[in-house]
Amino acid sequence: MHNKTIAQISRDLAAGEYSSVEITQHLLDRIAQQDSTYNAFITVTAEQALAQAKAADENRAAGNASVWTGVPMAHKDVFCTNGVLTTCGSKMLSNFVAPYDATVVSNFNNAGAVSLGKLNMDEFAMGSSNENSFFGPVKNPWNHDCVPGGSSGGSAAAVAARLVPGATATDTGGSIRQPASFCGVTGIKPTYGRVSRWGMIAYASSLDQGGAIARSSEDAAMMLNVMASFDPKDSTCVDQAVPDYTANLNDSVEGLTIGLPKEYFRDDLSAEMQQQIRDAVAEYEKMGAKVKEISLPNTHLAIPSYYVIAPAECSANLSRMDGVRFGHRCEDPKDINDLYKRSRGEGFGEEVKRRIMVGAYTLSAGFYDAYYKQAQQVRRLVKNDFVAAFKDVDVIMGPTAPSPAFKAGEKTSDPVAMYLEDIFTIALNLAGLPGMSIPCGQINGLPVGLQLIGNYFNESRLLNLGHQFQQATDWHLKTPAGLV
Amino acid sequence: MALDQDQVRNIAELCRLQIDDSQIADYQKNLSSILDLVNQLAAANTDGVEPMAHPLDAVQRLRADLVTEDNQREHFQQIAPATDQGYYLVPRVVE
Amino acid sequence: MEWEVVIGLEIHAQLATKSKIFSGASTQYGADANTQACAVDLGLPGVLPVFNEEALRMAVKFGLAIDAEIGKKSVFDRKNYFYPDLPKGYQTTQLHHPIVGIGHIDIELDNGETKRINVTRAHLEEDAGKSVHEGFEGMSGIDLNRAGTPLIEIVSEPEMRSAKEAAAYFRKMHSIVTYLGICDGDLSQGSMRCDCNVSLRPKGQQEFGTRTEIKNVNSFRNVERAIEAEIARQMDILEDGGRILQETRLYDADKNETRGMRSKEVANDYRYFPCPDLLPILIEDNYIEAVRETLPELPDAKRHRFVKDHGLSATDAAVLAADRELAHYFETAAKLVNDYKLAANWVQGDVSATLNRLEISIGQLPVSAEQLGRILLLIKDSTLNNGGAKEVFNALVALGEAGKADSSVEKVDALVDSMGLKQVSDTGAIEAIVAEVLANNPKLVEGYLATPVEKRGKAMGPFIGLTRKAAAGVNPQVVMEVLKQKLEELG
Repeated sequence: MHNKTIAQISRDLAAGEYSSVEITQHLLDRIAQQDSTYNAFITVTAEQALAQAKAADENRAAGNASVWTGVPMAHKDVFCTNGVLTTCGSKMLSNFVAPYDATVVSNFNNAGAVSLGKLNMDEFAMGSSNENSFFGPVKNPWNHDCVPGGSSGGSAAAVAARLVPGATATDTGGSIRQPASFCGVTGIKPTYGRVSRWGMIAYASSLDQGGAIARSSEDAAMMLNVMASFDPKDSTCVDQAVPDYTANLNDSVEGLTIGLPKEYFRDDLSAEMQQQIRDAVAEYEKMGAKVKEISLPNTHLAIPSYYVIAPAECSANLSRMDGVRFGHRCEDPKDINDLYKRSRGEGFGEEVKRRIMVGAYTLSAGFYDAYYKQAQQVRRLVKNDFVAAFKDVDVIMGPTAPSPAFKAGEKTSDPVAMYLEDIFTIALNLAGLPGMSIPCGQINGLPVGLQLIGNYFNESRLLNLGHQFQQATDWHLKTPAGLV
Repeated sequence: MALDQDQVRNIAELCRLQIDDSQIADYQKNLSSILDLVNQLAAANTDGVEPMAHPLDAVQRLRADLVTEDNQREHFQQIAPATDQGYYLVPRVVE
Repeated sequence: MEWEVVIGLEIHAQLATKSKIFSGASTQYGADANTQACAVDLGLPGVLPVFNEEALRMAVKFGLAIDAEIGKKSVFDRKNYFYPDLPKGYQTTQLHHPIVGIGHIDIELDNGETKRINVTRAHLEEDAGKSVHEGFEGMSGIDLNRAGTPLIEIVSEPEMRSAKEAAAYFRKMHSIVTYLGICDGDLSQGSMRCDCNVSLRPKGQQEFGTRTEIKNVNSFRNVERAIEAEIARQMDILEDGGRILQETRLYDADKNETRGMRSKEVANDYRYFPCPDLLPILIEDNYIEAVRETLPELPDAKRHRFVKDHGLSATDAAVLAADRELAHYFETAAKLVNDYKLAANWVQGDVSATLNRLEISIGQLPVSAEQLGRILLLIKDSTLNNGGAKEVFNALVALGEAGKADSSVEKVDALVDSMGLKQVSDTGAIEAIVAEVLANNPKLVEGYLATPVEKRGKAMGPFIGLTRKAAAGVNPQVVMEVLKQKLEELG
């Protein structure tokens, strides 16, 4: 039962093959038995899940069912869930029972979905390996010595380990696509503004975007159908009709032009990785797509630009974590400054503190123009690269990450080495473009992800391309060795 | 670009982050290497390029001036570390 | 040495919106602590701001009223600092692209001249909450009801040269924002607060001296006193050859002195940057023109009109035009009686005295403008004499004090009747009364007739008294005439 996709579960529930309570219980049991291995969940909401499942079954019996009624899923712990612990992977929020629902959470609740709980993540979504969680690292189901990627490592690992068929996630610099790539699952980061950020605890507001991780493009489309909405509570959310993302899955890709940025295939990308990606692109050529080499000349500036903008925004976004109205508060503060400094010093992990400090430094008096303004100008250059490229091509493809999953502990002592993990993903966040990662091969038994980059609001095209690939290949069906 | 330890302490103070003296050297090293990374920006020619604050270059939507929120003090203060008579408590603030 | 005083003011005016600048919580003053602080105002994780259109409209209105350029693109920035009444750890404000650019207002000086004071800019921002230090056993209590209330911060050029000018500027700004209806102007509730930047320099010197900033002064009187106190303090230091420390100070009204603020000792680095949760506000010309259409007549224009069209003195006009409600009251009454001078005397006389005595604002006066107009009309047509008019006015006030206020015009006439204040002006009726008085007092008549002609005016007094005693409410003017005529007939 746990191998079923969202689409299959939806059909099975409709056909009465099993009830929502049955599949929910099955997955809860599986989580209880196996998650001690992966550490994908921070909180399992068994009681609530069963209540939701029961309600879903009743609704179905009463004839009030839609595609999502009774389908289980889980949320990254960055989304606020009313009455449920919402930690963001941090000690700072280890006691934070959110008093309201994120719009994404409401959307799933309203659709009738069953939430199994809250998924592990790098603290405040800062990290590329899920080793920065206060609740411990997450294991990659394909190889327990390897990281699942981050920051949505819990989401990707839970889906790969068949603990849940689909999970919400967020992506600020690659946090959906890179873990999807490392865990051999499908992840989509929509256009900035497509999914409401209300109730999604902010890391870097102008880069953060909610999205989905699932086992197929079709499932990702079904999730996006629920997640994407116009939300008047989010000033940056776009007031634009949400298409049915499943409607164009079967469109032909014949005649489409795929752009391959030469900067994504440089010599420092291993020959094996290059081969895997080129093989995947060849599948599309077989389907009638054309390939064109393009250039995104400012690619090398994306990471430096990101590591000014994201820390600057996070340094302000995380100032509200001050031990006054919610969250961790130190013992016996002697004055207000002591309260701030110890609550924050104890509540935040090292990577979070580093980014807050980098942000504060680059924004401080006298440095603004050299860092922040320059980074924003470079951000436009990066965006302009894509705007120019999309005049000639329909979609851009390349690797999601420079390598398959790396070993736990391998990069923890060198933050910059960890940052370079996001070399191929980060530029999309700067530009606000949609991107997707689908499994397209393996190296040494570890999955490799193909990244698909679309033009603004072209999620349907990405999902269509992902689906077509998954019709022609079975990489997305492969399961980690030893998975029971 | 290397930060010295006093700079690290000053930034930590600005951010209200307690950092043990034993960790200052680590922060010094890591922050310096991050700044080296971002200093690559200096090489970019950005003459005449409009800074980009938002990916979509969109404009602000306006909200009608309506009171839509009820009193939820009790609900919100359930998660507060310390409250009294409806106030959030902090160590005495001297002006 | 002769010193020149240099003063610039930063005025914070709370905008009179119903809801907050970025949330749907109420801005009503005086609610229980934290009952009007929603998730956004509390800065809970995951919340986001959405900008209130009315705050924008009000800010634009202000800009137009001070003849300022309106920022076609204005941007919200984050100003970062930690303080318990600042829930997000940053204040959302506008640094580089304020909604209102350079403008100006005119203030009236004691010598009757006007002086133009330039306004550097005015920007939108959110107010902070409040810290309460009493009643929490050595702790401070934080109330975030005020957090997120929309403010405009109006920054003047350092062009004021005395505490009096600064107070006049603050008063004029108060007058403008209340005229516009964008701020309730209630200083006691903190609806308008003023930061005063004060420095001294040797007369004739070009560059400015080191300034201090006196924070949060909240009355016209205190602006003047606080600045006077600070000037004296600085002068003492400078005369002794000392140096002024650039710092933030507080004014202690009880001791009439300023003192340095301990909490602001550490120089702040606010690390401003554009707020990524809010997008730039773009304003089109037609929006500006639509707002311009809604501008009311402003105090200066009204003052000039009172002088030019209605012949009021400059002083009367200035007093009556300064407050929108008072001006409106005055004009309503004046129009009804069609006598601006009479109305001006009454509003500055009995009306103002009553407001002062009861410590109320014009809006709370139990005598409506229509009622005053009616009273004045009754004076004009001789139905009431001045004393009777005052009696009616005071009776209406007394009703109000007793909680039985009746603002209808009919009430005036009813009181005139019930109090028997109507003057008898009918000559025939008065002739009959006078005849009776003369007939009943032959000795007085004899005495009168024996008085030399040039002294008879004074000798008429007793007859006037007797006549008015015989019939209350007779018009003394008419009585005089009739008496004169009758007595002359006699002798």
